[in-house]
Amino acid sequence: MSHIESSKNAALTRRKFLGSAMATTAGLTIAPGVLLFRAAQAKPAAQAVTSKVRWGLLIDNTKCSTGCDDCVTACKTVHKLEGHNRPETDVQWIRKLTVTDKQTGHVMSLPMMCQHCGNPPCVDVCPTGASFKRADGIVLVDRHICIGCRYCMMACPYKARSFEHEVVHDQSVSAPRGKGTVESCTLCVYRVDHGKIPACVEACNEAKHGAMLFGDLNDPESEISKRLTKYGGKEIRADLGLNTGVRYQGI
Amino acid sequence: MKKANFVEIEGRSAGYLALLGFLGIFILAALGSSFYMEHNGHHVTGMTNQIVWGMPHVFAVFLIVAASGALNIASISSVFNKTAYKPLARLSGLLAISLLLGGLMVLVLDLGRPDRLIIAMTRYNFRSIFAWNMILYNGFFLIVGIYLWTMMQRSLNKYTHYAGFAAFIWRLTLTTGTGSIFGFLVARQAYDSAIMAPMFVIMSFSFGLAIFLLVLLAAYNWTHRPLGDVIFNTLKNLLGVFVAAVLYFVIVQHLTNIYMAKDSGVEAFILLNGGIYTKLFWIGQILLGSLVPLALLYHPTWGKSRTLVGVAAMLVIIGGMAQMYVIIIGGQAYPLSLFPGMEVQSSFFDGVVNHYAPSLSEIMLGLGGMATAMITVVLAIKILRFLPESLADEVVDPQHS
Ligand code: SF4
Repeated sequence: MSHIESSKNAALTRRKFLGSAMATTAGLTIAPGVLLFRAAQAKPAAQAVTSKVRWGLLIDNTKCSTGCDDCVTACKTVHKLEGHNRPETDVQWIRKLTVTDKQTGHVMSLPMMCQHCGNPPCVDVCPTGASFKRADGIVLVDRHICIGCRYCMMACPYKARSFEHEVVHDQSVSAPRGKGTVESCTLCVYRVDHGKIPACVEACNEAKHGAMLFGDLNDPESEISKRLTKYGGKEIRADLGLNTGVRYQGI
Repeated sequence: MKKANFVEIEGRSAGYLALLGFLGIFILAALGSSFYMEHNGHHVTGMTNQIVWGMPHVFAVFLIVAASGALNIASISSVFNKTAYKPLARLSGLLAISLLLGGLMVLVLDLGRPDRLIIAMTRYNFRSIFAWNMILYNGFFLIVGIYLWTMMQRSLNKYTHYAGFAAFIWRLTLTTGTGSIFGFLVARQAYDSAIMAPMFVIMSFSFGLAIFLLVLLAAYNWTHRPLGDVIFNTLKNLLGVFVAAVLYFVIVQHLTNIYMAKDSGVEAFILLNGGIYTKLFWIGQILLGSLVPLALLYHPTWGKSRTLVGVAAMLVIIGGMAQMYVIIIGGQAYPLSLFPGMEVQSSFFDGVVNHYAPSLSEIMLGLGGMATAMITVVLAIKILRFLPESLADEVVDPQHS
């Protein structure tokens, strides 16, 4: 146990060192990239959601750090996902997975959240239509229609959804939630609609990891599409044929 | 064959009122439990983000499945023209409606937002098998209601055959639909199997008949009406066939799963190393729910004892609940496989066997559903003519017809 811990720490310090050493260059490359990206993708709030875009994420596992959960913290903060110290019933929209290959001992660390499937099983099974996919590919729950049957949670292969088991206090206006309904990652839809990037991606960038990239999968000129074309990106449980909007590199 | 004479039960005895009171207590406890769960949120139950369907669903699915099976007797009489079953057809229809009512009550009261029932009833996503089930359930009440009406109103008797046929088709669809709720969950290894739906149909035959037999024995015993050996033996033998058929399906289900290598993990979990689920499977479902009842029903002397046959029916119900528990809870307890062949860890219980302990409120809600089903029967047979005055051999024996 202790040597695992210390090797984790070693990895961390190495990463920190690399991080700060590269801060200047990274700052240069990321900032214009982000700016460009914002200019290209901002959508006036009045404009309707369109299927011309398909929002997606590309996660580079080789850059995702084992001990880091900045994306998780950012998500919890902006959506005010308070815990009640009851891990079995507390909601989680994004979590870090540690994946160990039993044969080689290779360890990966990666964030797991709603994969915003092109063919989402949660939407298929939802009896009321509360689970839905927006034209731009973001999978959401309409909290006014959800009856809390949890069938979508049974159907989701990624365990991406949580049931709100308790009364919700002090909600974030941009992410309304309610006891007795189901919720999950919204890809920060309210931020995206205002031309911003999801909070987790922003946090990852701020921490200089740059392991998450957000963008339009339909636009061949977007950075995410270019990276996908160049390096490829895998779906988790690709065997299920869900055409996920979240792709991973290095798994 | 004498014509069966249907008569309401008197329903004024102290025993009758005590029974109503007894069932009423369970129903009140269920309503209280539901209020408690809704008021505090589901964290007061044993259900979690890992085990999202718990004890209420075990009860609800059991009752819904049994409801369709309870209609069997009526179907045999009207669809397959077996006159021996005719006197039992009304009770069969009544029991079917009552069990469905009890099951749906549990399902609805467990929703995160039961107050939004109206949304569930008015907004349908037609891609969802769950939405189709709601239509099937509502239709079941309607069709079985009409069926009962054609049986009870003499001028409509000529339509009984058609109504019975419609009800027969409808209920097969309904159970297939209920089984498919699980069959559609491709992400869960335990459920991803085409055999689920037909297995549910056979299970419904067995559970429904077990409940029917118990209700019949109780009703005729407590009202001191004669119940002859002909009808008793017919039902008893039929139950034996159904129990054996379920056992056969269970064996096929597990053998095919073992054969498909990707499911061997979840199979080993249920059959060998799943702790409580393994015990419930072997002891609850197989031994108590199948082998012991088969022995009791087919034993030359035990099979003649009404008490022992009643015990067998009781065991079939207990075994059925165990089977539901293993399917519903056991299937969720086994971790989802995100990266096949790899070890996954997280703060969200990835890669570990999930823990579940049902809370009292969940159990009370489930029992309340059963009580609701029973109280509906108990009240209905007092108000309307569901039960023949006598089921003595000369009334039902087809030899006399
Ligand atoms: S819990 Fe809500 S969103 Fe999920 S399937 Fe049920 S109604 Fe749909």
